Amino acid sequence: MAETNSGRGKLPNRPLSPHLQIYSPLINMVMSIIHRLTGMALYAGTLLLAWWLIAAATGAGEFNAVSGLLGSWPGKLVLVGYTWAFLHHMLGGLRHFLWDTGHGYDLKTIDQLSWGSIILSLALTAAIWLSVTSKHGGL
Amino acid sequence: MRTPLKISRGLGSAKDGTGHFWKQRLTGVANVVLGLFLVWLIASLVGADHATVKKTLANPAMALPLLALIVSGTVHMRLGMQTIIEDYVHNEGAKIVLLMLNTFFASAVALACVFAILKITFGA
Repeated sequence: MAETNSGRGKLPNRPLSPHLQIYSPLINMVMSIIHRLTGMALYAGTLLLAWWLIAAATGAGEFNAVSGLLGSWPGKLVLVGYTWAFLHHMLGGLRHFLWDTGHGYDLKTIDQLSWGSIILSLALTAAIWLSVTSKHGGL
Repeated sequence: MRTPLKISRGLGSAKDGTGHFWKQRLTGVANVVLGLFLVWLIASLVGADHATVKKTLANPAMALPLLALIVSGTVHMRLGMQTIIEDYVHNEGAKIVLLMLNTFFASAVALACVFAILKITFGA
C-alpha cells in the first residue's frame, strides 16, 4: 500500500470519494443544494425582519422609510423570493422528517417528493402573493 | 491496510452530535408552524401604516408567536450555518472565526428582534 500520513510526510494520493463534477445532476441532489442555498438566504434575510421590527419600534418616519423600500419593486421581489425560500426550505425539512423515520427512501418516492416540493413551493408562493395583491387591488 | 482513519481513531468525538441533530429537528418542527405564522402576519400587514403595525405587534397573540419564532429560528439557523461552515471550511483558524461570527450574527439578530418587539409591546 501507499505510504500513510505520519504527521510529517505527505498524505497518500488516493482517490477519496467521487466528486460533484462527475455526477450528472439528479433531482434529489439539486434539491439538497437548493435546501442549503435557501437556508443561507433565510439566514441573511433575518436582517430584513430585524430591520423592519427595529424601524417599527423606533418611529413613524423610520418605519415609513423601510416600508417604502420593501414596497418598491425590488423590495417586493425580495419578499416574494423570501417567501419561496421559506416554503421550499420548509417542505425540504418536512421531507427530511419523513426520511428521519426511515421511510420514503426508494428512488421513485424520492423523485416524487423532490418534484412535489418544487411545484408546491412555487404554487404556494404564487397563491399567497396573488391573494395579497388582489386584496390591495392588483400590483 | 493503513488509512487516514488512524489519525482520528482514539481521539473520540465532540460528544454533542446527537444534541445538534435533535435541536435542529426540534426547532425545525417549531419553525413549520411559527414560520407559516410569520408569512401570514407579513401578508396581512402589506401596505399597513405605522400605527396599525405597532398595534398589531403589541397584541400578545401576535407578539408571543413572533418571539417564539425569533428564538426558534435563530437557534435553527445558527445550527444550519454551523454545519455549512464545518462542511466547507477546512482551515482550522478560519473555521473557528467563522463559527464565532455565526453565533454573534444569530445572537445579534435575535436580540434586535426581541428588543424591538418588547419595546412595541410595552409601549415605549
